[in-house]
Amino acid sequence: MIETTWNLFFDGWIIAVAATCAVACALPGCFLVLRRQSMMGDALSHAVLPGIAIGFLLTGSRANWIMFAGAIVAALVTVFLTQWLSQRARVDRGAAMGVVFTTLFALGIVLIVRGADSVELEPHCVLYGALELTPLDLVSLGGLLIPQAFLVLISVLIINLLIIILFFKELRISSFDPELAQSLGLKPNLMHYVLMAMTAVTTVAAFESVGSIIVVAMLVVPASAAKLMARNLTEMLVFATALALGAALIGHYAAVQVPHQLGFGSVPTSGAMAFIAGMLLVGVVILNPRGGLVATMRARWSFFMQTTREDLLALAWRLEERETPFTPLELRTQLHAARGASGVVTRLCLSRLISKDLLVRDHTRLKLTVNGRNQAAKLVRSHRLWEAWLARAAGIAPDHVHDTAMLLEHVTDGRMLDELMRETGAPEIDPHGRPIPKPHDS
Amino acid sequence: MTPSSNDAFSALLDVLLLVNWNTRVVVLGVTMLGAAGGMVGTFMLLRKRALIGDAVSHATLPGIVIAFFIATALGAEGRSMGILLAGALAAGLVAIGLIQFLSQVGRISQDSALGIVLSCFFGTGVALLGIAQQYSTASVAGLESFIYGKTASMLAQDAALIAVVAGGSGIICLLFFKELRLVCFDTQFAQGRGISTLSLDLLLMGLVVAVVIVGLQAVGIVLVIAILVIPAAAARFWTDSTGRMVLIAAGIGALGAWLGTAISATAPRLPSGALVVLALGGLFTLSLLFGRSRGLLQQAILLARRNRRIQREHALRATMECLEVGSDDQCSLQAVADRRGWELNQARRGMSALVREGMALEQRRVEGAFFKLTPSGTRAAREVVRRHRLWEHYLIRHARFDSGHVDRGADELEHLLPPSILEQLESELSEQTAPAPLPDSPHQITTKDQSMTGGPPT
Repeated sequence: MIETTWNLFFDGWIIAVAATCAVACALPGCFLVLRRQSMMGDALSHAVLPGIAIGFLLTGSRANWIMFAGAIVAALVTVFLTQWLSQRARVDRGAAMGVVFTTLFALGIVLIVRGADSVELEPHCVLYGALELTPLDLVSLGGLLIPQAFLVLISVLIINLLIIILFFKELRISSFDPELAQSLGLKPNLMHYVLMAMTAVTTVAAFESVGSIIVVAMLVVPASAAKLMARNLTEMLVFATALALGAALIGHYAAVQVPHQLGFGSVPTSGAMAFIAGMLLVGVVILNPRGGLVATMRARWSFFMQTTREDLLALAWRLEERETPFTPLELRTQLHAARGASGVVTRLCLSRLISKDLLVRDHTRLKLTVNGRNQAAKLVRSHRLWEAWLARAAGIAPDHVHDTAMLLEHVTDGRMLDELMRETGAPEIDPHGRPIPKPHDS
Repeated sequence: MTPSSNDAFSALLDVLLLVNWNTRVVVLGVTMLGAAGGMVGTFMLLRKRALIGDAVSHATLPGIVIAFFIATALGAEGRSMGILLAGALAAGLVAIGLIQFLSQVGRISQDSALGIVLSCFFGTGVALLGIAQQYSTASVAGLESFIYGKTASMLAQDAALIAVVAGGSGIICLLFFKELRLVCFDTQFAQGRGISTLSLDLLLMGLVVAVVIVGLQAVGIVLVIAILVIPAAAARFWTDSTGRMVLIAAGIGALGAWLGTAISATAPRLPSGALVVLALGGLFTLSLLFGRSRGLLQQAILLARRNRRIQREHALRATMECLEVGSDDQCSLQAVADRRGWELNQARRGMSALVREGMALEQRRVEGAFFKLTPSGTRAAREVVRRHRLWEHYLIRHARFDSGHVDRGADELEHLLPPSILEQLESELSEQTAPAPLPDSPHQITTKDQSMTGGPPT
């Protein structure tokens, strides 16, 4: 194995900076995602470039307050212009965003390329950032050497946290129901600007040290994944924080370790964090117990298997009703003819019915047990009552009711059966002339 | 003109008029790209998916780098444009698929899906670039040039590729114009007509991917979305018809691309992609201000015109009502002002406008200015008063307003009533208006010094 260049001080601080940045972005990101303004992060992180360029050209150095202020001004200009264009000039919201941020970004590039002779500020640094270099820029705080970027980001994180706690109710209601917020006097417009200002400051603070890719990714990805998992806003904020932390930790580890395994040097942590965040999201989409793909497929599969078993059972009951003996193969073939269930599925369902002691083998034949007959009678009763109801109350022709009843019989519980009985006047026979089994008829 | 500015000017002229062969090729190619972007972008804008191109363009980066890896591993020239663009194309298509997957299967809203695909793909691309850098430093510069675009390195064959793709997308837009328009405006109606929304959406996305891919070289990953968004958004200010919007957007896109590329060719260190976007931004601002349909100037003119009309109608009605209650066939400026609650100079402005338009005649007496209505003024005034009173009666009868409150409500709406609604009002209130064309006022018409019940005018 190739020796890694893991260093507790450097990598520790890189992870700390990355994690602080990720969480600082993920918190306002939750509200952006809820308000369907996810692309605002993308717009803001591009649009700050002219502000930064002007700040840089005025002072000639990279780390200063003028550049920071310039970026904030550019971000706020973006927010106002987008809002104004979409409300006053009736431009589509997404398009308004696109017009404003691309024009500002282009302006920034021209300013930088024309104005900056040195290569100290090149457009690329805006996208990638220099997360790996943050531990080199240390300031002393009470005897401790701490990266400046960490101090900036942790202050932003604390400010964001305070704003969210202080305005939790206002932000929540105005995100979910702006009209209710308006009627309660919670000033949803003001909240929009509070959120936008929060996003702008976070974007500027974060991308100065870590680049805009992380900003965009961390604003949107953890929040979107958290939204899938959460049942309420608080849960969403907590999940988003956890996912952001995970992306930072795994992202940096992957950026250093994976290329080393392949014989390369490390790759930019910012890019790897974005990639890992995306993988985490895909993981949530697939594995999420609440509505994830696996959970949904499993629910569908088990419902499908259950209805197939029930259909087998009811079919057996009908065959016994007609006093026709049947073998397992005959039962399966008939079900296949009726609803096209494949051989494997019916075989699985049949053996499950036998193991649950609802059907029993009798030499080559199959027979319903007492238990099986009770359950099957319930299903047939549900089926025939539905047929009766469809024919009488819904006025559907008797020769058309069978297929609908086949679907409904599986989802009918006892109370609904009672209601059906009441509405159909408890008939003895179904529209086809077959007797409807009594509740304890076996 | 100084010699140097003269030189710069002639250099610009040279480029604009496509004198130099190399710039001619590049400028033509980018201009066609602008036109295609405008056309495709119009449909994306109307479909409310303006920013999808941004996600697609950012998503091409990992595709480009991976194509570079594969080409290098197979021993081919890693920087060959065809291979890299093929990688970009593949990644763009994957991105489109993923956006659809996330927003339809994954229960994620469209805007979030865009943000996710954009940032995660681009981040992956950056991480992969980190490895490519260690492969061979020289080639990375070529790969990175995709991020901001580099027209200078464009060859004739690149421009030809752009021209072919742009022309093709334009033709497809025109061929499927009807279907695309239907899908943009009324998805359900389109489905009812048997048009497959999904396949048209896929067609549109395919066009977006095509424009983005050929645009990468000219304007770069970050800014190529501008070519899709800005011309379409600008064209919206000029027209309300989809067909014209497509053409205008194509024109604006072509003009911006042509201006931007040409200007960037006149001097060193002027990035062409950024200049194209700035030129488009300038055209957008012009459209925002002067657009014939939704431009700010046009809106301001319409508003001023409407305010003038309302002012005139107020003056007319005030005069008419003063004449109705008075015994004279003239009324004083003071009476008109009192009737409307106007300041004297405001009343003076309103009445002067009437005099200018030949609706009223002014007589100066010792007591002040007096006015009488000309026949055309009387006709217009009766029309205004009729509208006002019909609406008042309607409010009382059907909206159950108190008669003391209807005057204000009618004051605001009377100017907006079209003839068809007036007819309807008249028929609903027929017993009131059957004999006389002018209904009674439902309340007392008061002036400062006198008040009496309004009757039918004589």
